[in-house]
Amino acid sequence: MQRLLLVSVFVIATCGLIYELIAGTLASYLLGDSITQFSTIIGTYLFAMGIGSWASAKVDKNLLAFFVRIEILVGLVGGSSAAILFLLFDQVASFRFLLYFIVTVIGILVGIEIPILLRILKDRYEFKDLVSRVFTFDYIGALFASILFPLVLVPHLGLIRSSFMFGIFNVMVALWLLYSIKEPLPWARLHKIAAGIVMIILTLGFISSDKISSLAESNSFAGHVIFAKSTPYQRIVITRQQSDIRLYLNSNLQFSSQDEYRYHEALVHPVMSALQAPRNILIIGGGDGLALREILKYPSVAHVTLVDLDPAMTKLFSSSPMLRKLNQDSLHSPKLKVINADAFMWLKHLGANRPIFDAIFIDLPDPSNFSIGKLYSTAFYGLLHTVMGPDSLAVIQSTSPLVARKSFWCVNNTLRASGFQTSPYHALVPAFGDWGYVIASNRPYTVPTRYPAGLRFIDADTARDMFSFPPDMGPIATKIQRLDDQALIHYFDEEWSKYLIY
Amino acid sequence: MKPTRRQLLYGSGSAAIGMAAISPFVWDAIKPQKPIPGGIVGANSARGHRLRDGAFPAPIDSGKHDVIIVGSGIAGLSAAYHLDKAGIRDIRVLELEDHAGGNAHSGKNDVSTYPWGAHYVPLLSSESGHIKDLFRDFGIITGEADGLPVYNEDYILNDPDERLFLDGRWQEGLLPTLGVSAEDQAQYKRFLAQMESFKVKRGDDGRRWFAIPIDESSTDTDARALDRLTMKDWMLAAGYTSEPLHGFVNYGCRDDFGVRHDEISAYAGIHYFAGRDGKAANTKPDSVITWPEGNGFLAHKLAEPMAGRILPNALVYNINDTGAGVVVDYWDGQVSRRLTARAVVIATPRFIAGRLVPPLKSPDFTYAPWVVANLTLNRLPGGAGADLAWDNVIKDSPALGYVVATHQVPQMQPLRTVITYYWPLTHLSPAEARKEAIARTYEDWQKLFLSELYRVHPELVGHVAHMDVWLWGHAMIRPMPGFIWGEAREGALKQAPPIFTAHSDMSGISIFEEAYTHGLKASQAVKAFLA
Repeated sequence: MQRLLLVSVFVIATCGLIYELIAGTLASYLLGDSITQFSTIIGTYLFAMGIGSWASAKVDKNLLAFFVRIEILVGLVGGSSAAILFLLFDQVASFRFLLYFIVTVIGILVGIEIPILLRILKDRYEFKDLVSRVFTFDYIGALFASILFPLVLVPHLGLIRSSFMFGIFNVMVALWLLYSIKEPLPWARLHKIAAGIVMIILTLGFISSDKISSLAESNSFAGHVIFAKSTPYQRIVITRQQSDIRLYLNSNLQFSSQDEYRYHEALVHPVMSALQAPRNILIIGGGDGLALREILKYPSVAHVTLVDLDPAMTKLFSSSPMLRKLNQDSLHSPKLKVINADAFMWLKHLGANRPIFDAIFIDLPDPSNFSIGKLYSTAFYGLLHTVMGPDSLAVIQSTSPLVARKSFWCVNNTLRASGFQTSPYHALVPAFGDWGYVIASNRPYTVPTRYPAGLRFIDADTARDMFSFPPDMGPIATKIQRLDDQALIHYFDEEWSKYLIY
Repeated sequence: MKPTRRQLLYGSGSAAIGMAAISPFVWDAIKPQKPIPGGIVGANSARGHRLRDGAFPAPIDSGKHDVIIVGSGIAGLSAAYHLDKAGIRDIRVLELEDHAGGNAHSGKNDVSTYPWGAHYVPLLSSESGHIKDLFRDFGIITGEADGLPVYNEDYILNDPDERLFLDGRWQEGLLPTLGVSAEDQAQYKRFLAQMESFKVKRGDDGRRWFAIPIDESSTDTDARALDRLTMKDWMLAAGYTSEPLHGFVNYGCRDDFGVRHDEISAYAGIHYFAGRDGKAANTKPDSVITWPEGNGFLAHKLAEPMAGRILPNALVYNINDTGAGVVVDYWDGQVSRRLTARAVVIATPRFIAGRLVPPLKSPDFTYAPWVVANLTLNRLPGGAGADLAWDNVIKDSPALGYVVATHQVPQMQPLRTVITYYWPLTHLSPAEARKEAIARTYEDWQKLFLSELYRVHPELVGHVAHMDVWLWGHAMIRPMPGFIWGEAREGALKQAPPIFTAHSDMSGISIFEEAYTHGLKASQAVKAFLA
């Protein structure tokens, strides 16, 4: 009996520290800034343990039964904590509140454990032996947990499965006690049933951890998956590693917060700064609000229409505090009108009273399949004409002219075949590579020499250089991307498949 | 270990599971949990068969018109359209079904329109100048550039046009490329090159060997000799032994004619590949014109000016030339009525024409039965290897595969769609296949189509929202050896005023251009007769 209780100390000490580590790790995955997260999580956890210790004095009777209940509860809350936090990250208004609430609850429960155990054991040992043994096992458990966590649990089991597993250990302690104690325990049957139910829940959770974390797809991405959602249109995944936040759509990288300013400044400013006083702007795609952030740097802008297929994208980037910080809350601009629609169908069915946009930004995923390929076709570019005036400019992100030279020039040549004059350029975006853009216009385009203050990448010199292509990226003749013959998709497939690293 | 659903569907040798051969165990694993709404719709065989069996009450009233057209398929509608254009407006078109269109019939639900039969037209052949005018009227041809017609971009078949399911994955195009030998590849190349040369081959009379319309073809005896053997025999004689090539050609013959390549006339089989020599200024030569509703687009356009003059649910049971006009009696489901006309165009298949006017009877006209199913899906079909195409073919399947109705919609990712499954019943003789098909219940058809669909698309289990099945007992004329250039067809081309005939079976191949040409010719003959 004594030995059993001392083993329990070891187990609950390990579990207790594991929950703390899981909460700290999760917080730094999801919220970033690991020093702050770990520090505040540990502080909160220890403080909550203090509350637990203090509260333990209020319990007078049936200490053993109470201890069993605490174990079951710790098992339930602690064991499912990682899954709950992962799943609710994007669902609750204030994730931080939920995080600290769960940490506090676990802390209080864990804080009750040791004092109660001490009191259960107080009659079986001398005080000095009791304190020495209990704390010895407690600290050994802590050491065991702290070594196990980084070396075995995180790399091999993952956070969600580890947390369920240690929840199961907690409940096993409870069950072990229930079945091995000779002395009568009030409501023993009910306790067994409760422990059994929690055990089943945790086991199910453990088994389906893969499903829960397949939402996270941790293995296929650099960094930790902090958001994952399948919409009817695509799979949205956001990862974070240190301060690098990345967006993936259908596993294709859309931006890295480390260098997205290069991509978006290069997309927006060569067009915006070339216009007299651009008022009416259209963005196609770009539901992340990052191109919009750059566009709003021009005070002349009065209306921005953003057409993005997926409401989940615009919702995510206008609600998550972390992402709102990244796009400087551009999606809440009063100048913005968001239209969640298919861009092709929207343009086709605009009706007779077509608005004229001064600038159009086409920030779509790469032409990697026949569905998205429609938005790179002569038919689509033909529709662009109907919403552009003689001085309007459109710019199209056009994949990498270095990796996919034919694809890039195919976009350029398709725009020309659609009756536009084109001005192709490129910029180095480390997360993507050497990235290409094409400006489409009805009149000759001149690279601007003045840009808004405060840009990090674009200035007159950089901009001028972007428009020259070294020989290995220079113009080539290609087929034209048409709805009935999507040459671009074949080019893209062929060219990118050669690059293993992507 | 209990096999998973996926293993059952993809297990070794499962590719050999035909539609009829799926094991009951597999079906139990994948059959719909809730019944899928739908049923057997279309071609009213019970009413049609009344013509064969029934006596009809005497007509209760009578009317008089210039021209009566019996049947509102493409041939009948074209005849009516051109008579109307020529100023002969007092026309009635009598249709057995409750809708016009014949094989070009289409349906519509809240997801899309969709075809029930014919669903595309190739670029117009060099002999089809007379159809160009119609296509201009309908906005299908919008202009001319470099001496070639410019087709409306909305109607040109979008890329990707076709994909083939083979060994558990999809590939682009219909000719198998995965796992075929160099010899196969060489035979493909030679076969396709020979078809290209047939495309431009002309006889001593300067006409193409294989023309569309077929009666514009050369009369060279060498060309016509090809009508005396089967396609398979011709291929073997020409040294084509490749199994996948035979599979591909057999697919083509079943697709266009509802006849296997070991039964069909080699002339017809080659015609499928060599007849279409159309070109356009703005798309590839082998492209086709299509619409979500298939050739229902053309049927609607042709029927539009005839509104009010097409009488549906009219079963014609008697046509009789009295000398002072032709009497046409029909039964409208309740009563019989009589119309008298100066001329009649019978625009029905010949087996019906022969029942109405016994001298038109000809046993050489045989017809292929087809089953078509339209399935409304709550998600798009996926598949590894190649993106969803317009025409999605499953290798070695009794059915031909399915066509995606929303393919021509430029929307990036429609969330729902309708797919049309085509299945020519070529595994039995036409009569036996018809008998077997009529005996089948909706549940039987559901099992047959869904077990095939789910084998290839396990991701669609639970996403089929609706399914209708259409039985075409006599869908297409069968160009068996000797038919196209034989006496029966030659005899059928002769017109006997005041009763005229117009139907694609008079060409021996069931395509829009032939039906339209016969309708147009009949309208010209009627006009000349009336004048």
